[in-house]
Amino acid sequence: MIKVLKSGLFSTIQDKGRFGYGAFGVPKSGTMDLYSAKLANTLLGNAATDAVLEITMTGPKLKFEVESYIVICGADISPSINGEMIQNNKVYSILKGDIIEFGKLKSGLRTYMAVKGGFKTEIVLGSQSYYKPITINDSITKGDVLSFNALTTKSKPSKLFSKLKLIDFSSEIINVFKGPEFELLSNLQKDQLKSAQFMVSKLYNRMAYQLSPLINNDLKSILTGPVLPGTVQLTPSGQLIVLMRDCQTTGGYPRVLQLTESAINLLSQKKERDILTFNLIEFP
Amino acid sequence: MKHNLKYRQFNERSILIEWPSIIDKNMLHDVLNFKNILLNNYIKLKVYVINTYNSILISYPSTIEDVYGEITHLKTIYSSVESQNSMKLKLWEVPVCYDDEFGTDLETLSITKSLSKSEIIHRHSQQIYTVFFIGFLPGFLYLGGLDKSLHFDRKFIPNLNTQKGAVGIGGNQTGIYPQNSPGGWHIIGNSPISFFNSKKENPCFAKAGDKIKFLPVSREEYHSILKQVASNSYKPKSISI
Repeated sequence: MIKVLKSGLFSTIQDKGRFGYGAFGVPKSGTMDLYSAKLANTLLGNAATDAVLEITMTGPKLKFEVESYIVICGADISPSINGEMIQNNKVYSILKGDIIEFGKLKSGLRTYMAVKGGFKTEIVLGSQSYYKPITINDSITKGDVLSFNALTTKSKPSKLFSKLKLIDFSSEIINVFKGPEFELLSNLQKDQLKSAQFMVSKLYNRMAYQLSPLINNDLKSILTGPVLPGTVQLTPSGQLIVLMRDCQTTGGYPRVLQLTESAINLLSQKKERDILTFNLIEFP
Repeated sequence: MKHNLKYRQFNERSILIEWPSIIDKNMLHDVLNFKNILLNNYIKLKVYVINTYNSILISYPSTIEDVYGEITHLKTIYSSVESQNSMKLKLWEVPVCYDDEFGTDLETLSITKSLSKSEIIHRHSQQIYTVFFIGFLPGFLYLGGLDKSLHFDRKFIPNLNTQKGAVGIGGNQTGIYPQNSPGGWHIIGNSPISFFNSKKENPCFAKAGDKIKFLPVSREEYHSILKQVASNSYKPKSISI
């Protein structure tokens, strides 16, 4: 198990999320950048959807009470073991008493730390993903204990990965499909969505990213309908809201675009003031 | 009655099916009928289906390889099914205390609508409401059937913290907040019972298609029910319909 010595900004346990509870109004949740989380698990030889620690921007200080192996993927926030810098996307052996810390954010926004065998925290409605009030906690805090299974074998995970495919977090291209209400937009609005640059506003979290600037809009609200992570809503005031993994299951704003799965991963690594443009693609 | 439905891909692994954009009890029956048949048809493949007033969203376990083939398949299912009456629906009695302590916007509503508070309470609690779907928050029931004289536009500036159990009116809708939350509805009372329990495999007692009737209770009864809820000895009352 791991003891949380300092909480950092906002870290949560996440797995693939809650499936099958949407009809009760329960958000999916799950890792924001699914690709990086999966990579961390794969490098350790874990199941792709084992629970990992999702760290946002400023990392926690963690003490390992038992030995294990770890991999850190996603955003580079200068990780270290006992003060010695380590690299992302590599397997490290951890001894009892080792302390993991993080430093300066160098790229991306969200970092994933996987432990051998995955975290074994409380399962609520089929998932370990933190989402208050479905789960008691909304993030880890000082003094928390995060459990995982002890090593069953001392052999280091030895999968060989010659070419790692990593996401380029600096890419500004967000691939999107037309949303259900796309055709209600004026030609001017369609052109604007296809060519204008947008910026992540200061309002962005696991639930949604609001973009700036506003666009001209006189489309009214719609009859409340289903939404998904990656749905781009347009409010009557012209605000574009990109729904993310913790989003509601239904919404009443026109759904003008829909991010691809990999675009959600990329946007998850963007923060305030980051630039993006939408690239409209057809369904394969 | 068969409707002319629109089918479209929503993302890599979801298909959206849409009925006409209206709120209608009879149409809801058609939506839920199709939803149940889909769930029975796909029992082996793990698909997830949610409905709203006029939509069904089907989420598949992986990327849909042949969308046109799948949509054709769905259309065939819809055109060949008979209307079923096998849904086991219930009418739930939901206790609400409309005391001024909880009904913080009753006064405003009473003045604006030129109706006495007791008349508002009467009109709100005599209706039988239909649960169209659950969304917005875990356990938030979208109810249809609010008396026209009680329709009231949402607040221009939402409350930052509407209390768990708050019973509100927003536009032509009424509902109960299952947890503390920001909210733009006018609050007329509070229900002591829980609408969501994450410890249960079936976390909400009510489901789409069920009916709800509000039962006005005194402050004493309210606190007595609240105690029973806290000690897990309260069971929501219902009859089959």
